Amino acid sequence: MIRFSSSLKFSALSAALVLGACTHKQEAVTTPPPPPPVAAPAPAPAPVASGILPGSAEDLRVNVGDTVHFTLDQYNVEESDKALLGRQAAWLQKYPSVRVTIEGHADERGTREYNLALGARRANAVKEYLVSQGVSTGRVETVSYGKERPICTTSDEGCWSQNRRGVTIVTGGANS
Amino acid sequence: MKKLLALLALLTAFAAQPAVAQLRVDVTQGVAQPLPIAIPDFVGDPQAGANIAGVVRADLERSGLFRPLDQKGFVERVTNINTVPNFGSWRSITAQGLVTGQVTQQPDGRLRVDFRLWDVYGESQMLGLQFFTTPENWRRIAHMVSDAIYERITGEKGYFDTRIVFISETGPAIKRVKRLAIMDQDGANPIFLTNGSYMVLTPRFNPTAQMIAYMSYISAKPRVYLFDIETGKQEMLGSFPNMTFSPRFSPHGNRVALTLENGGNSDVYVMDLRSRAIQRLTSDPGIDTAPSFSPDGRQIAFESDRGGSQQIYVMNADGSGQRRVSFGAGNNGTPVWSPRGDLLAFTKQQGSRFTIGVMRPDGSGERLISSGGRDEGPTWAPNGRVLMYSRGLGGGAGSQIWSVDVTGRNERRVLTPGSASDPAWSPLIQ
Repeated sequence: MIRFSSSLKFSALSAALVLGACTHKQEAVTTPPPPPPVAAPAPAPAPVASGILPGSAEDLRVNVGDTVHFTLDQYNVEESDKALLGRQAAWLQKYPSVRVTIEGHADERGTREYNLALGARRANAVKEYLVSQGVSTGRVETVSYGKERPICTTSDEGCWSQNRRGVTIVTGGANS
Repeated sequence: MKKLLALLALLTAFAAQPAVAQLRVDVTQGVAQPLPIAIPDFVGDPQAGANIAGVVRADLERSGLFRPLDQKGFVERVTNINTVPNFGSWRSITAQGLVTGQVTQQPDGRLRVDFRLWDVYGESQMLGLQFFTTPENWRRIAHMVSDAIYERITGEKGYFDTRIVFISETGPAIKRVKRLAIMDQDGANPIFLTNGSYMVLTPRFNPTAQMIAYMSYISAKPRVYLFDIETGKQEMLGSFPNMTFSPRFSPHGNRVALTLENGGNSDVYVMDLRSRAIQRLTSDPGIDTAPSFSPDGRQIAFESDRGGSQQIYVMNADGSGQRRVSFGAGNNGTPVWSPRGDLLAFTKQQGSRFTIGVMRPDGSGERLISSGGRDEGPTWAPNGRVLMYSRGLGGGAGSQIWSVDVTGRNERRVLTPGSASDPAWSPLIQ
């Protein structure tokens, strides 16, 4: 016969840890029904340059362009994206207090760790290109999201090509 | 004295029926015919007795090696586990093994659990054990009973008294919330360890199952963290200017192999947890990541695309002797060394198809063992006989955890609270 100790302590998890069940929201019985739908609001007007504050994050995203794309398992900046990155570099030099982070992303066709590494390569390739165009290296950070932040989820080249991307995000110093 | 009696019974049985081999299951080949075993509800406390026997039946059934028989067909009703069963009545319902057990509440409030494993054809007791525990620990006792039965019959250590740390996924694919979570090996007792306000990936247990190494995007800076299960404390591992990822503990738990990214290039390093000294192991311009120690701690498998495609390499633990070992079709990555040392599990990618495979550490004997097509990130049961992995469902539908025997048989879904990925199997709980 074997006698096991009474405590069997695989350390009880700390009581502070939150159980998932707690996230349920109880709906109050007295909540009034939602109001009937009113006429749909007019669609937002297409952004125009004049409506966007120069030097703002939106200015970079809408008027300059924030996203470049990559070939499968590649991380070199495509010739077709160099003009866009040139504009980003010029914009960054025009607004020298702005700091940015380049996000590197991959499509779903790679293992989790490999795609984290691949995303880092892509983000860094964008950063290097901006630096080669005169942006000071200290203003540009990089982060890889691997395949964890897709912008579309179908398993075809049309979607994969959108997900293989580098995105320049303003993180500080912009007009707002 | 009881042991002696059991031994005598065993000897008598062999003398009377020399053709009957002792009850045994060979786990090395995978079994097509699981062993019929009768596990009636344990006597004594009826609720606890039914609960514990139910968990034991479920454990053994999921292993694919046993077929617990339906209690409704039982001829004999067990009322006293200290008498020898009527083996003929158990043979009549095709049982080859029989487990009888009893649960009683002690005066001090603890549960006492006794059980016996009987060889129905050998007409002998194979095992008799007794456990004491607090009532809320009844599931662990049930898993320990399962482990004892599994070990006695297969000759291999069990894996039921273990836990799984994994990533719980909620929300749409383009805004997925990923939380660190932990549960028992059978999906019971799931608990979330992080609140979802930042993404976490690739958790791994240390050898005492008290510490988890994982990657966290807290403050939008992806770094390797340690999570202490007992205290709930999280701590960034080292202080590095760029991304750190794919951590894995050394077999003694005193070191962590991980990947550091610098200027877009990823290389494998190892950090000593006490001194926090870091040693660089690879320095190739290719992607080097996903390190995994051999169980003797002398070698590290990792993946690299230095040869033009993602493949598996092995090196000595000091970084010397780096050599490619995977030469099969497609890309091969995420090598994970079996706790037995005999195999590497890995993810094979061919086009957009991902499959779990195993091969010897020299790359020979490659076999694919999963069938999902979006399977990645294997983790081994502590006995090296079963693996779990993530199975993506495609189209943003989330992900599940599946398990399969190393033989490729018995592929099953592991129940999780919602979508889940990146499982890591703990060692047997001490």
